Amino acid sequence: MKTRILGFVALAAIIGAAVNGLFVVPADLNQGDAQRVMYPHVASAWLAYASFGVTALAGIGYLFSRDLRFDAVALAGAEVGVMFTAFAIWGGMMWGRPVWGVYWQWEDPRLTTTALLLALYVGYLLLRRLTDDPARRAARAAVVGLIAAVDIPIVHFSVLWWRGLHQAPTFIDPGKGLHASVPLLFVAALLAMLGAFTLAWIYLMIRRYQLARIEWQLEEQARVGRVSAARRGGTPAAAPPSTKVEEPAR
Amino acid sequence: MNELRRGLSVALAIARKDATSELRGRQAAGSTLFFAAIVLLLFGFALGPDSRRLAEAAPGLLWLAIVFGGLLTMARLHQLEADDGALEQLALYPVDRRAIYAGKALAGAAAMLVLGGLLLPVVAILYAIPIGSSWLPLLVAVVLGAIGFAAVGTAYAGLTVRMRAREVMLPLLMLPIVAPLLLAAVKATVASLSGDPLGELGSWLQLLVAFDIIMLVVGAGTYGFLLEE
Repeated sequence: MKTRILGFVALAAIIGAAVNGLFVVPADLNQGDAQRVMYPHVASAWLAYASFGVTALAGIGYLFSRDLRFDAVALAGAEVGVMFTAFAIWGGMMWGRPVWGVYWQWEDPRLTTTALLLALYVGYLLLRRLTDDPARRAARAAVVGLIAAVDIPIVHFSVLWWRGLHQAPTFIDPGKGLHASVPLLFVAALLAMLGAFTLAWIYLMIRRYQLARIEWQLEEQARVGRVSAARRGGTPAAAPPSTKVEEPAR
Repeated sequence: MNELRRGLSVALAIARKDATSELRGRQAAGSTLFFAAIVLLLFGFALGPDSRRLAEAAPGLLWLAIVFGGLLTMARLHQLEADDGALEQLALYPVDRRAIYAGKALAGAAAMLVLGGLLLPVVAILYAIPIGSSWLPLLVAVVLGAIGFAAVGTAYAGLTVRMRAREVMLPLLMLPIVAPLLLAAVKATVASLSGDPLGELGSWLQLLVAFDIIMLVVGAGTYGFLLEE
């Protein structure tokens, strides 16, 4: 029940922040209305990083405790993170078309980094789908999540240098077209959007975690059911072929 | 201290074993090299006969060929183990898992180094690149690239070797991870070929060193968890 209330609050907050960003805050002088994309774009990019951080930490937690609840948190982080990453890229392209004239700009380090980020974690989710045994899946996913997370800063720096400019690397740079001299109104609108998105993020993380637990319980029930059916005298051949956890390596 | 020495000897023994089986099963290693050379040839076809453009693209093509050949090499080094249940045997030895990882990574890095070292002259001939004067920085870049690729590849090959669809999962997981390695290695190669007019060679080599160290540490720390399953 509490989670449901949180969901409604998050929805209301996003609507409020969207109305504020679309109609209340004035348009940017140089970029016009296109700049309004920045609010959800930057907020989702930040939350994507937060999600992947959660995935890496939960993975470490699993490796040391062997508690599958950590794995459920890691899964929630990766899936929600992929969603926010895709949303950030989409928003970036919608912004890039009117402002840069192209959807994709290789010169932009954040865009290229984010694209790699998406590739990394889509791979992570595919890996999870291809492993059936829960403990094995959790261990493999934890390692992949950890390696992917340490790769992110390397990717970030290498792509920054790649442009050939010796620009000071900044982790927290509140979006393109937003500089130190930016009106406070814009910052407030971004923070409002970030807050609303964060509420939605928490809601989604909780829901995905709960779902992962239910899925795991169903898997367990199916497994126990198969075992007890076999014990009651059902021939082993009657068991569905999915009892085989993984194909042997040739 | 004693433990370190023991770990080192375990790592060397595993690396020697892998190297021996690579050398005796010559066809596999040879066909990987041949595959990478064909990739280089096809890049030539894909980018057209303009020799200046090919020379410009050569560093990138060299490293893409190394990456593609390297994916096959990494998969093969672990497939050898998995085939006859040798990986389970290896996991049962009462030795530090990090030593096993180090041995596999060392063998992988050596194989990558051979691959890169042999592809360099192929690129030089096919795309008319003079490498004679800048062989030393090129070699450093290849060595650092080989180590980094093997550091990631050993962990990921160990992860995917017992999986369904491992042929597609290894490249799918590995390629985005080695993207910064590719980037830094290509930039270092470009810089060494052009005599480093902007003085950026050092930065790229440093990035490669950082990548190598980080991935070796993470790989050594996690490889044991993959063996245990």
